[in-house]
Amino acid sequence: MFAISVLVFLIFFATPGVDPAARIAGRSATPQVVQQVKHEFGLDRPLPIRYALMMDHLFIKQDLSSYINIGDRVVPQIEAAAPVTLSLVFGAAVIWMIAGVAGGVIAAANRGKPIDPLIMFFGIAAISVPAYWLGQVVNLITQSKLHSSLFSWVPPSGYVALSSSPGEWALHLLFPWLTLAALYAGIYARVLRAELVNALNEDYVRTARAKGISERRILLRHALRCSLIPIVSLFGLDFGSLIGGAALLTEVVFGLPGVGLLTYTALQNLDLPVIMGAVMYGAFFVVLANTVVDVAYAFLDPRVRLA
Amino acid sequence: MENLQVSFATRGGVVRAVDGLSFAVGRKEVLGVVGESGSGKSVAMYSMLGLLREANVSVSGSVKFEDREILGLADREMRSIRGGDIGMIFQDPMTALTPVYRVGWQIAEQIRAHSDATKAQARQRAIELLGEVGIPEPARRVDQFPHEFSGGMRQRVVIAMALSCNPKLLIADEPTTALDVTTQAQILELMGRLQETYDSSIVLITHDMGVISEMADRVVVMYAGRPAEIGDRRDVIRTPQHPYTWGLLGAVPRVETKRSRLATIPGTPVSPLNVPTGCAFAPRCAHRFSQCDERPVLRGDGHQDACWLSDEQKVTLRQRDVTSASSHD
Repeated sequence: MFAISVLVFLIFFATPGVDPAARIAGRSATPQVVQQVKHEFGLDRPLPIRYALMMDHLFIKQDLSSYINIGDRVVPQIEAAAPVTLSLVFGAAVIWMIAGVAGGVIAAANRGKPIDPLIMFFGIAAISVPAYWLGQVVNLITQSKLHSSLFSWVPPSGYVALSSSPGEWALHLLFPWLTLAALYAGIYARVLRAELVNALNEDYVRTARAKGISERRILLRHALRCSLIPIVSLFGLDFGSLIGGAALLTEVVFGLPGVGLLTYTALQNLDLPVIMGAVMYGAFFVVLANTVVDVAYAFLDPRVRLA
Repeated sequence: MENLQVSFATRGGVVRAVDGLSFAVGRKEVLGVVGESGSGKSVAMYSMLGLLREANVSVSGSVKFEDREILGLADREMRSIRGGDIGMIFQDPMTALTPVYRVGWQIAEQIRAHSDATKAQARQRAIELLGEVGIPEPARRVDQFPHEFSGGMRQRVVIAMALSCNPKLLIADEPTTALDVTTQAQILELMGRLQETYDSSIVLITHDMGVISEMADRVVVMYAGRPAEIGDRRDVIRTPQHPYTWGLLGAVPRVETKRSRLATIPGTPVSPLNVPTGCAFAPRCAHRFSQCDERPVLRGDGHQDACWLSDEQKVTLRQRDVTSASSHD
């Protein structure tokens, strides 16, 4: 985390030829504002002090504020946006894990029969379709074309907090969930199927068959258990990066004010403090996810524990 | 087993992996099945247990277990025999056990698949079995994972697992090939002991004549999916009747003889795609003659072999080969 924070800081504040003060102050800042920025961020002081000051503002005092929307604090913005992203990603994760694992298992169990390539086809279709296109098409269908008939129950885009109304919260998030989940379900089904087919050719499966265990038990208890290990680590990384803001496109398309959308807007406006804050936030979750995955790996695969 | 034929339809053509194998195993008997890699010995056993169910495999013939035909049985019925009445252990102990489950769990899984034992009972039985196969501190080790055991130990676990349901027949597919010689001796000794205790028959597949001479009561020698010679161990080893067999025996290095090159059988094993219509061994045989263009059948009484040479010829030629082999340097 420390390394990331230093790197981000250096990118924004130490790139030669760029006046960070002007950047922070925004495009239409007056010279007074620029001076103020210079002072506040200690831009006339040595680099390490500048770094320390920035981190201080960001984390300790939490009063880093955006200069584009004057006075808007960065940290509260992120805090407000985070639950939206979390809701989106959690729900989608549940859906894609169920769909992906089920798809992979069914395809592997029936390999060679027609349902196997059918599932794999849907998988690759889901992977190939860009999330924003899928989202827009979903919107098109549910909001305008078939809104009056089949999809009249679909609410307009936007987010409703869980605390205010769970029903509305879920309803608003339904299609974003499905859209985001599609891509990952496709990937996971394909990966799991490949892992399962490999596992079913392993020696320990041959031993299990010689033991007289049913094919279904072999698939679910022996092959799946071993094949899930790489899936879980993949999941951890995907989940972490999505919470960190990689669900950007889905949020934009569905008008969900999450961290992704926040970053997107900040990038468009070159709102440096917000960008810095969002990047740090995202990096934190990726690092966290990596750590969790490492721990989970040791939990799932006993061979790793002794090391 | 009678006239077992197993063939695979592959892109290169039809591969007849097993072509007319017949033998019988009696109670408490150890049958050794010898042959080079690719001779069809493992395939024969797998097909017997219904472990070859891919679409491109065709199996014909008859396999009777205790007077009951088991070839072609539905998988569900085969499953109760597999692991229950017939146990099987495989070559590489390092990969034979599922890495993510404890050893005791895996043994218990087999026990509970074939009986009504509770988890506690099965676990207790697993501990007993581990003790029987010579694993020290079985009560502690029963909860360990496979990677915490060495190769020889793992093979013992596999044997314990295979014997857990008191099978009448144990099929061991090269159980010691992947182990070092000392461990090999221990495992064979263990199997011999357990055979006594459990009253079970063993089919021991190997390419090692030394193992055969130690363990087997009767021997089947296979070449290119076909039986070359069948008989009592003493007969086959002392007076082999098929040129392939005495070639195999001659290839065993002897401690007393000093040589600079190891004896071999000239030529390479025949490719299963290309088995000759006559005697399969003829291309490599120094004693082939015109009749060998016709496929030989197993002939003899008790000690059978598939070779057209007359009995006198076999004796003379064998002695000649053996003397010339040991005088080579």
